[in-house]
Amino acid sequence: MPATTEPTAAPAVSVEGVSKTFRLPHQQYSTLKERVLHPLRSTTYDELRAVQDVSLEIASGEFFGIVGRNGSGKSTLLKCIAGIYGVDRGRISIAGRLSPFIELGVGFNPDLNARDNVIINAIMLGLSRKQAMERFEHVVAFAELEGFMDLRLKNYSSGMMVRLAFATAIQVDAEILLIDEVLAVGDAAFQQKCFEEFFRLKREGKTIVFVSHDMYSVERFCDRAMLMERGCMTQIGDPRVIGRAYHELNFGQLAHDAPAESHSASGTAITDAWFENERGERLTSASQEDSLSMCFEARLGEDVSEPVFAVTLRTELGHTIIVARSDQHGHASGSFKAGETVIARFAIPNWLTPSRYMLTPSLAREGTGESALALVEDMASIVIHGTGSGGILELPIDVTLERL
Amino acid sequence: MSTSLPVSQPAPASHRVYGPSALGGGLHRFWSLTFMLARTEFKLRFFGSAFGYLWTLVRPLLFFGVLLFVFTDLLHINSKAIPHYPEYLLESIILFTYFQETTSGSVASLVGRENLLRKVRFPRLVVPLSVALTALFNLCMNLIVVFIFILASGVEPRLSWLELPVLVALLVIISAGVGMLLSALYVRFRDIQPIWEVISQILWYGSPILYTVQTAANKHLFGIPFSRILVINPLGAILTQARKALLDPNAPSATRAIGGNARLLIPFAITAGLFALGLWFFNREAPRISENL
Repeated sequence: MPATTEPTAAPAVSVEGVSKTFRLPHQQYSTLKERVLHPLRSTTYDELRAVQDVSLEIASGEFFGIVGRNGSGKSTLLKCIAGIYGVDRGRISIAGRLSPFIELGVGFNPDLNARDNVIINAIMLGLSRKQAMERFEHVVAFAELEGFMDLRLKNYSSGMMVRLAFATAIQVDAEILLIDEVLAVGDAAFQQKCFEEFFRLKREGKTIVFVSHDMYSVERFCDRAMLMERGCMTQIGDPRVIGRAYHELNFGQLAHDAPAESHSASGTAITDAWFENERGERLTSASQEDSLSMCFEARLGEDVSEPVFAVTLRTELGHTIIVARSDQHGHASGSFKAGETVIARFAIPNWLTPSRYMLTPSLAREGTGESALALVEDMASIVIHGTGSGGILELPIDVTLERL
Repeated sequence: MSTSLPVSQPAPASHRVYGPSALGGGLHRFWSLTFMLARTEFKLRFFGSAFGYLWTLVRPLLFFGVLLFVFTDLLHINSKAIPHYPEYLLESIILFTYFQETTSGSVASLVGRENLLRKVRFPRLVVPLSVALTALFNLCMNLIVVFIFILASGVEPRLSWLELPVLVALLVIISAGVGMLLSALYVRFRDIQPIWEVISQILWYGSPILYTVQTAANKHLFGIPFSRILVINPLGAILTQARKALLDPNAPSATRAIGGNARLLIPFAITAGLFALGLWFFNREAPRISENL
């Protein structure tokens, strides 16, 4: 045996110049009758270029995130990699076993009990019936659903259902996992478990490609990420940079065509933004010790359910320090009627270093699509004074010195 | 930043990813998926009904009862002329039910499994074939009842009963072939559903179920004896042969009805041709099924 040098690790996934175009017939249904009566008409198609000339390589053992707005082609790209769609041009190669699914809980049937569903799902994911039976106990234990296995799935809460789906999915024997959207599911304790599971997969050297709108998990897990816009790859690299670019894509665009006080078509507007202390007094400057709330007032121009209130705090240089969202910890914001005025407050411990900060409030519709209703860039500002340490944050620090 | 890569596993060879296909992915996975889908469907069919499986049986039996009453008691047809007419009627209904269940079940099968097709890579042919398999489960259960009925009516078990598995196999082939074709066509043309309902109705009356090949022995169509035309239809050939094998050794075999071994090749060729056509068309459409749904 020759003493081989480093194995030149072939990329786990290699995408070369891939394009995918969908042909959408002008008529939704081309019926036989239409065909017969108008033999030429139905040959007109709209072309939707879902993915255009995308090339990338994902190394073995890498966690790779694909982000982009709705309809940017990221799911299509994932489906091409998974072999669910064929590509029109280019080629995709993979090294290693590829998980055949891109979503959790595919094929779950509400009328069957959990036990049957786990077995069915596991077989769909590529296990044999025997393997599925053997791993059943692990699934149940991981999902912490002992005692619920004979319950029909339709009687499960949605949280229980995703736990079951997640627990089944991680049983799959694949070196490359492709996942669309859902990463961490369930309540806080189970989410933590999911995160740990991801780190375990990462340690085992699995390659994971996932599509997400959730910048938090992209930045937390991914070694690299890419941003897609209108079928093209616009940026690839450090997940934090990509995350920032993504936010700009979402909110920036709107800010550019919006006047100072942003009105969306529906008349939703952010009418005021300010900082205040714990006594509710508005501040334009604060010392470091004061507690601080970032606030804004919005008037809704339409009925909205579960809107997302968010603020972004930036330095004068434009570095984002804090992004806070009302749905950050799974909080529901409730339903609002047109004409209602809402004040959103985000209280933080004031650990900011002395400087000037700008507040950008925004209001978006529910969901991962991030369609903004209103956003006003740098609407309020505050100066923090005190003696800075030179860092960005002035966290309370316990210093201990131990003499040995 | 970068975590150290795991201990050097032999780097797996890189291979190209192609789009979805009709088969592909290994025989074992193909079979376990087909069986799993068929089994689940079988289980779910009468989910929540008190008598469960019995309903699969009650429907054809009830239909059989009505037909028997209309034809023998009201119209006085067949009962004397055809030996074992009730048994023939029941057995033919059950066999034809298989064909109908498979083909009309296949039509919307791909569209109904949209969720799977868009989210998982698996051989596409699994979907219509699982429909054929579910129907086969039903057929097997129903055939038990048919045999009980036949034995109760005084027909002695004979060695020729062993022909039945072969006939059922032919029935499965033609049904699955048509099923593949219809399911792939339906993705493109939603008109297939009503069209197939009509064709299936025509086939019901056009196959020797209510009558036998002998019923219209001296009628001609385009100068060809009507009985021969009935057996050109593969379903007619299967039903005719099943009658001879199971019920009445004196009844004409499919060979005799069509007039010679050579001519029997016609229904065989139609069966094989439909299966090949279905497979070819499905295979051609398979890569784009998930995006055209």
